[in-house]
Amino acid sequence: MKFKLPLWFYQLASPKWFYELSGKLLPGFGWAALLLLTVGTVWGLAFAPPDYQQGNSFRIIYIHVPGAILAQSCYMLMAVAGLVGLVWKIKMAHVVAKCCAPIGASMAVLALTTGAIWGKPTWGAWWVWDARLTSMLILLFLYLGVIALTEAYENEASGDKAAAVLALVGVVNIPIIKYSVEWWNTLHQPATFKLTEKPAMPPEMWQPLLVMILGFYCFFAAALLSRARTEVLTRERRAAWVVTLVEEGG
Amino acid sequence: MHFFYAVLRRETLLLVRHRQDWINPLAFFLVVTVLFPLAISPEAKTLAVIAPGVVWIAALLATLLSLDGLFKADYEDGSLEQMLLGAHSLWPVIYGKLLVHWLATGFLLALLAPLLSVVLFLPGQAMVCLVISLLLGTPTLIVIGAIGAALTVGLRRGGVLITLLVLPLYIPVLIFGAASVQAAAQGMAYSGQLALLAAIFLLSLLLAPAAIGAALKVSVRG
Repeated sequence: MKFKLPLWFYQLASPKWFYELSGKLLPGFGWAALLLLTVGTVWGLAFAPPDYQQGNSFRIIYIHVPGAILAQSCYMLMAVAGLVGLVWKIKMAHVVAKCCAPIGASMAVLALTTGAIWGKPTWGAWWVWDARLTSMLILLFLYLGVIALTEAYENEASGDKAAAVLALVGVVNIPIIKYSVEWWNTLHQPATFKLTEKPAMPPEMWQPLLVMILGFYCFFAAALLSRARTEVLTRERRAAWVVTLVEEGG
Repeated sequence: MHFFYAVLRRETLLLVRHRQDWINPLAFFLVVTVLFPLAISPEAKTLAVIAPGVVWIAALLATLLSLDGLFKADYEDGSLEQMLLGAHSLWPVIYGKLLVHWLATGFLLALLAPLLSVVLFLPGQAMVCLVISLLLGTPTLIVIGAIGAALTVGLRRGGVLITLLVLPLYIPVLIFGAASVQAAAQGMAYSGQLALLAAIFLLSLLLAPAAIGAALKVSVRG
């Protein structure tokens, strides 16, 4: 029996089809991101109650935690897309993987920067060699490695494959990030959200955070799609449909 | 099996004839370690504290340095392409290369390490742990680093890039390796860290050749 995946999966492999579909999805994600991020920011910064220990400085959590979560999920997406590209030889998967890397790297930078700003008033230091911080830094280095490797190859297809292999190898790092918290558990508080347990924060505090996380995901989707669209046009610049598209001024 | 021996024989011959391939990393290991007392402090008290980390970092960098040439010569003279084209599986080639490379670098580094630990005033009780941790850790460094070497072998400026690719992956090994020696130096139990080192080694030994093979194919065929 032949193993078959649903039709849309194969259709995604077509750059033209991807370009058309993403064109329809992009405004939806963009507006959702704008709405959720506005609501979440105003709610989190102005209306959520201050923390009983940290006062108002805890409010940076509404940027810090979504950034950190996204930096990790973005890596997973990059690795999965890389795997799909290697196994099924789908060009579009490599495009997605390539576009994930800079977004994920900037999210890691965002998480590290906001973490440093948050650390100064609460721990009294910009940086501590805590397992969680170190792991995020390693994640950033992994992103930089993937970006550098993609850029180093002159042949686009080789660079894609090499980066996919590296991303898959780096996935080993993700469980280490997770476990390092529990093994070394030094200064950093454990994860804010767990799927299995109720959050330790009161609802007035975590509800805006949830809105912010959803907003970040929508923003990520929008950024990824618009990057991928540009990349598709660049790569397929000799294809008939791109030429027609440009000539029609689309 | 016969094929595996042929690979071992070829790699050993190559190393015997290119002595600088294994002497240079050893010399690097010695020289880098000597820089630390010069830069930080010649005091025995200070050096004893940093000795486990210093020896481990120096061994890590020496291993990393040796990896650049792992596939280079074979790539340049075309024999790597022949190995990929050949009827044999790539796994014996990879394992054979890594084994010989480890014997020539990591194994010798581990044997040389006690000498350096004396110079750095590492407590004598930690000596055994240092050697065992390096014997367990350096093969992991080579196996993981070979992925980086395979990914960059076709590139003109692979040398710096390999560092960027591989160092983040080395961090768990470095943490557990140096932690085991620190624990031993303080007279504490260190078998836990060594067990973790062994676990990482076995895991990478099983998984890495697949990545190395895929990377070599990318580098050679594009």
